[in-house]
Amino acid sequence: MRAVIEKCNNSSKRLTEIRSINCSKGQDTVTKYISKRILHSLITLCIVIVIVLALLRQMPIEGYFNNFDKMSQTQINVTLKQLGLKDPLPVQVGRYFVQLLHGDFGTSIKYRAGYSNAKIIAQKAPLSIEIGLISLAIALILGLPLGAAMARSTRSKFKIWDRFGTVLIVIVQAIPSAVYYLLIQLYGSEWFGVSMLFSRSNYATWILPIFSLSLGNIVYYAMWLRRFMVDEANKDYIKLACAKGVSQKKIWNRHVFRNAIVPLVQYIPNSILFTLMGSLYVESLYSIPGMGGLLVQAIKIQDNTLVEALVVLYSMISVVGLLLGDILMAIFDPRISFTGKEGAR
Amino acid sequence: MNSFADLGSSKLESSLNDELKKHVSAYDKCKDLPEDELFTPAEFDSSEAEMGGYSNYSYWKATLRAFLHNKTAVFFLTVIVIVLAFTFIQPLLPNQRSAKTIYNDPETGIQIVNRQPDSEFWFGTNSIGQDLWARTWAGTRTSLGIGFAVACWEALFGTVIGLLWGYVRKLDTFFTEFYNIFDNVPQTLVLILISYIMKPGVNTIIFALCLTGWLGMARFIRNQVVIIRDRDYNLASRCLGTSTGRIITKNLLPYLVSVITLRMALAIPEAIGNEVFVTYIGIGLPTDMASLGNLVQAGRLVMSQPELRYQLLFPTAVLAVITISLYIVGNSFADAADPKNHVD
Repeated sequence: MRAVIEKCNNSSKRLTEIRSINCSKGQDTVTKYISKRILHSLITLCIVIVIVLALLRQMPIEGYFNNFDKMSQTQINVTLKQLGLKDPLPVQVGRYFVQLLHGDFGTSIKYRAGYSNAKIIAQKAPLSIEIGLISLAIALILGLPLGAAMARSTRSKFKIWDRFGTVLIVIVQAIPSAVYYLLIQLYGSEWFGVSMLFSRSNYATWILPIFSLSLGNIVYYAMWLRRFMVDEANKDYIKLACAKGVSQKKIWNRHVFRNAIVPLVQYIPNSILFTLMGSLYVESLYSIPGMGGLLVQAIKIQDNTLVEALVVLYSMISVVGLLLGDILMAIFDPRISFTGKEGAR
Repeated sequence: MNSFADLGSSKLESSLNDELKKHVSAYDKCKDLPEDELFTPAEFDSSEAEMGGYSNYSYWKATLRAFLHNKTAVFFLTVIVIVLAFTFIQPLLPNQRSAKTIYNDPETGIQIVNRQPDSEFWFGTNSIGQDLWARTWAGTRTSLGIGFAVACWEALFGTVIGLLWGYVRKLDTFFTEFYNIFDNVPQTLVLILISYIMKPGVNTIIFALCLTGWLGMARFIRNQVVIIRDRDYNLASRCLGTSTGRIITKNLLPYLVSVITLRMALAIPEAIGNEVFVTYIGIGLPTDMASLGNLVQAGRLVMSQPELRYQLLFPTAVLAVITISLYIVGNSFADAADPKNHVD
């Protein structure tokens, strides 16, 4: 089990990606690089919208009506026409883009008919963001020291922290989150005597959802920090520092940690922005009126405009998050630049 | 050091010594020759030219040895084998009930609803009187089947695309854009659409999960390939005129065996988790069909009553045992398959 975590590198990917971007495009300035990337993302975003629109059109017509069987063909046609579903796809797409350019996310057609989508999101998002940010902060506060302790204890005799952390990582990573969320809710509410359901004013009910949400991130940050720190600690310059007689504390804090945190920093903006999306499981388990189930619900009741609004929002978030992550990483590690060429590719 | 490793290294050492002795003996032969003869060109001997160092290193043997060295992994492998064997043997055992039949009390004729686990119903019965023991194992079969099918497809298709994406530079932009676009199309939308278009069932779920699952795998392989494609040995191969196909299959693929097996081992728990997810959002398998996703979902509905909690806990326990074992075995095997860990 020693190296269980060493190998699950499902994502040292961004680092490599950045390097490959740097290498393939020797840009002149950071601004040029960033503007080019934003332009690129805009094109991607447009294609995503077209695909989503095309997919949504494949949904069965019955889904748009509450009482499909009782309606006559003419009624159906009139409603469909009102929804703009009778037009050919290019017309619909064009109309949607014009609407987007006016900064209009459209109005919901089923979730809350006639209500503006922006308003629906604005009502639900703050709670999700609040809970998400608290849980992210907890994850960073607990996860990073855990990872550092694990990395340091790989050099000690009994490796207590490493063993403990590895067991935790295996359990949280291997068991589907839907399952352990359930168990946390079940036993957490029983042992601590808090209500299973969330209520905004009662802060005791915030504990379990926040803990559930942060658990995955704690493990994630601990796992990767440990791995990067162990890699870093094996490098020659650390051995030199040891040989020179630099204090252990200084080596771990100033050299190993500082270098190991760089690839992780990249995920932080994304994690912060993605709190907006909420968590489907946690929010529905504790009935938190947040963003969590909104997309799934909107897709199921075929509220096309709401789905489109959410997809646009989420895609934009992920694009911006990645970009911010790259910039933040360059700030943390002065060796990374968007300008120079690296390696021999 | 365990005995296996000792055996291997001592063998290697003795064969190396033999090799060295051969060279020494060749030198010994010449030692007594007169000096002028020492500087005359030796006769060409084609068999000498073929001679090289010899090692009895075998990749798979070394992998197996490294894997068996890891006691935890062997333990969990045994657990998997036992659980797997049991899921298939269970229906053949005597006195097993069917997973779909609803059982009635023989005296009153009323359905046996929510019976606590006892000697008759080992895991109890569920809220409509089906045997939970039978359902748990039937569900494990279904879910493992789904997981395995999806994992195989991911490994196969994802690897092929990932190799092309990473190695063939002309395709890089295309695939990167392709990935960026499809990564942003919500998976839920695709899953729900497919569940509308096709009949709900095992095949539909497998198809839906396959359709969206390979992207991550392809991306992962691509990043690995980008890291190693310009290593010196590949550069040398390329300069010597090795064809792209051969570089991919002979230079890159063996290097990736460990990460691919790891991803596959992890893809099975992930697919089971996804199955739980699609059931959760209500587009999973029909409820009468046993699957771990369905069982967890059914257990969730009654979990607020403490005496009915067994309906959630039994399927959850089986699920956890399977996913944790697969995770650990996958990780250990990946470690063992990495040639860097063969030198001990």
